Amino acid sequence: MKLNCKINGEFREAEGVWEGESLLYVLRERLDLPGSKNACEQGECGSCSVYMDGTLVCSCLVLAGQAEGRDIVTVEGLADEDELHPVQESFVEAGAVQCGFCTPGLIVATHDLLERNAEPSDAEIREALAGNLCRCTGYEKILDAVKLAAGKNGKGAS
Amino acid sequence: MKSESAPTRERPIIPASNPGRIGESRPRADGVPKVKGEFEYSSDLWMDGMLWGATLRSPHPHANIWSIDATEAEGMPGVHAVLTHEDVPGRKVYGMEVPDQPVLAWEHVRYEGEPIAIVAADHPETARRALEKIAVDYEVLDPVTDPEEALKEDTPKLHLSGNVLKEVHIKHGDVNATAEVVVSGEYEIGMQDQAFLGPESGMAVPDGRGGVDLYISTQWLHIDRDQIAESLDLPPEDVRLTLSGVGGAFGGREDLSMQLHSCMLALDTGRPVKMMYNREESFYGHVHRHPCKMEYEHGADKEGNLVYVNARLVFDGGAYASSSNAVCLNAGTFACGPYNVPNAKIDSFMLYTNNPPCGAMRGFGAVQVCFAHETQMDKLAKELGMNPLELRIKNAMKPGDKFPFGQTVPEPAPVAEILERVKNMPMPEEEEIMGRDLRRLPGGVSNVTHGEGVKRGVGYAVGYKNIGFSAGFDDYSTASITLSVEDGEPLIRVHTAAAEVGQGGITLQAQISRTELGVEKVAVLPADTRIGSAGSTSASRQSYVTGGAVKMACEAVKEKVFEKVREEFGENGELSMEDGGVSAGDRRIVSLADLLDGDEIEETVVYRHKPTYPLDENGQGDAHFQFAFAAHRAVVEVDEELGLVRVVEIATAQDVGKVMNPQSLEGQIQGGVAQGLGLALLEEIQMKDGKVQNASFTDYLLPTIFDMPPVRMEVLELADPDAPYGLKGVGEPPTISSTPAIVAALRDATGRELNRVPVKPERLAGIEEEPVRRAPQPGSCGPVAERSES
Repeated sequence: MKLNCKINGEFREAEGVWEGESLLYVLRERLDLPGSKNACEQGECGSCSVYMDGTLVCSCLVLAGQAEGRDIVTVEGLADEDELHPVQESFVEAGAVQCGFCTPGLIVATHDLLERNAEPSDAEIREALAGNLCRCTGYEKILDAVKLAAGKNGKGAS
Repeated sequence: MKSESAPTRERPIIPASNPGRIGESRPRADGVPKVKGEFEYSSDLWMDGMLWGATLRSPHPHANIWSIDATEAEGMPGVHAVLTHEDVPGRKVYGMEVPDQPVLAWEHVRYEGEPIAIVAADHPETARRALEKIAVDYEVLDPVTDPEEALKEDTPKLHLSGNVLKEVHIKHGDVNATAEVVVSGEYEIGMQDQAFLGPESGMAVPDGRGGVDLYISTQWLHIDRDQIAESLDLPPEDVRLTLSGVGGAFGGREDLSMQLHSCMLALDTGRPVKMMYNREESFYGHVHRHPCKMEYEHGADKEGNLVYVNARLVFDGGAYASSSNAVCLNAGTFACGPYNVPNAKIDSFMLYTNNPPCGAMRGFGAVQVCFAHETQMDKLAKELGMNPLELRIKNAMKPGDKFPFGQTVPEPAPVAEILERVKNMPMPEEEEIMGRDLRRLPGGVSNVTHGEGVKRGVGYAVGYKNIGFSAGFDDYSTASITLSVEDGEPLIRVHTAAAEVGQGGITLQAQISRTELGVEKVAVLPADTRIGSAGSTSASRQSYVTGGAVKMACEAVKEKVFEKVREEFGENGELSMEDGGVSAGDRRIVSLADLLDGDEIEETVVYRHKPTYPLDENGQGDAHFQFAFAAHRAVVEVDEELGLVRVVEIATAQDVGKVMNPQSLEGQIQGGVAQGLGLALLEEIQMKDGKVQNASFTDYLLPTIFDMPPVRMEVLELADPDAPYGLKGVGEPPTISSTPAIVAALRDATGRELNRVPVKPERLAGIEEEPVRRAPQPGSCGPVAERSES
């Protein structure tokens, strides 16, 4: 089948999509957007998190056909090519990245959290990110990164 | 039809950066591409014309194979190759220590998930459907699933060599020693999974001349290369590996997974072949942490001085050898813990079974025995009426003591000191239990308690482990340093084959180079087999061994620079490299730009740590070259009724020799503790009759951000005189004693024995092992039926 949707602000088309493919597969294997990651492919780890019409979803759980005509934003779409979004900057600065496989999903999920709640408490951060597994960091520096990003946002960054 | 072209791909190079000097926290060089989603992992690889590989795996843990018929699969549209054991060109088995594992099974399968055939097709779904069309005629056999059973004489032998894969016997002092106070116990560790997030994946690209390039996530490029070349019947130089982005490892990428299979398919089809496991397949596609049963007896005098330790350790090695030999040796040597034990008798057995092969995982061998020896120390303290920390401090090993395996404890060995540190670290603030935010209670947002039945507990543990490869292994690393001037600015290029798996090794290599040569701009080249081996990224060894190689190569480059300065400027005094130039004291002699004048200086070196030796028949010998120590304190809250746990805080003290990069170090400690917490409370591959019951992240539970408490840490920098910069490996110690500390805290809170990890809620709530089966009540659906097996 043919799939049309808006991805990171551009209209994109994918041809020859098998009906059983997930949005994650189409992004990664057909549209050259491998930033969203394939760690569990069953909605448990959050590594494939993207926005669909402004809602945070696991792209592995979205059938490609369900994305028809939708507005998708992936980790690649959060900042211009040579720029970093404050959330991305904070993850690097805080040391919240090790192997980095969970990172794109956490970046999108944190972006979503801070859109909804500019100054989340420790418990609110933990609740919002409980669907994102990280195997390397023990999460402490991820908490630091989210707090750092919230502070940067508070200072009027984008 | 073989391709004529040689479509190789270049791995994206992380841009040169100023990495800072050793001891500084600097953001990692690969951090920016990783947060932008641009970092290329092995599962992201893509090439025009590539095919997808897939693997047919045995549904049975033990069976004879009478025939494999791939005719129908081969005829399917979109299928380009179906290969079996008959298509393995060279050695049909592989293995790091013992080549006992079939590349593709013939005649027998020995574990559920063992690869039998591989397919290349134009879409992953086509490949999966082709697998379904391969007909395999099995004769299903009873699996041997209990290592104690495997040990018995009359049990069927799973390998020609028998079922005992390895045994280590350590006799130290008087093996018949007796003591006034004796405690004993039996302990068990479940099968933990590394659960790295990036699935096994990679791409093999045929070079059109019979050779192959493989882009791969692994822990050790050269051991992969050698095993692949052997089984492809190719000279090693025709098998070129380049490290792709690695999504975590923790030991689970030491063995081959899809490496050989993708190369076979690529060579057969003449097309690039990508293979990528999904999570379920990943559980079958790599080795796990060894389950172990341990019987211990500790004897002490009435003052609490240890007199003897006797232990019998029985490891389940699973179907194939992997790194089991080293695990068996480690466990034997560390069985008594970091204590001065005058007499010991340790028997460590490693068995073949029809369970999944077990191998390397963070802290291997040491993790298992630490849970047992630390539980024993708590038991002994209770029997003696002593404080468990004081008992540990009293018996702590010191430099000059003898390990039970005969080696002398080297400097530094600050066991008592790290215990004192965790004793004296401030306790987390007591927070009123009733009326708390639910998210800060056991069970969290499940809304299962508002504070009723919640008890607090505190526990301690200490552990230790060897760094690097031991017992006579030639453990080396190779590094090349090139100094040049580009755009008027000096640049260092670092090249090694060391696998960056997330730990920050590339940042450390850059920091060392920057420090040694006084040059700000450093580029770390992609790791590949064009340079000599760096050894494995495991056993906490890369900072030491590849760090040592990079330092040594820098020193060689520096010597060349100084020679040039002496020649050209007639300098005979002491020289130094700083700020992109060469100085004598405060006097700048020349900038590198002027000195090199368009030339490059390149030096490649091989670095070795001091030799180690195998154990003798009594388990005695200088087997290890460095030891790392850590202690942990855990504070927990337990809902006694439901057995749910909130770990409030972990405090730790660890000797690291030298802090090379504070941020990376903290990350290793926090992440290592999280894996120890997982083993204590959540993580186990559940086996039934040789079959995995929970091969998914829905059913294999990993710690989330909700489960992980803050880690309070104190880091000691007691230099190891033999090590580069005095550093010690840091990756594994955080995982070793965090588990027993948490379980000790659970015992403190509940008063229960808890001799097995992970500790299930049922055990904490005091529910018996087997649920009582009652007759079905009218209107109920009756007892849950056993899962039917096809």
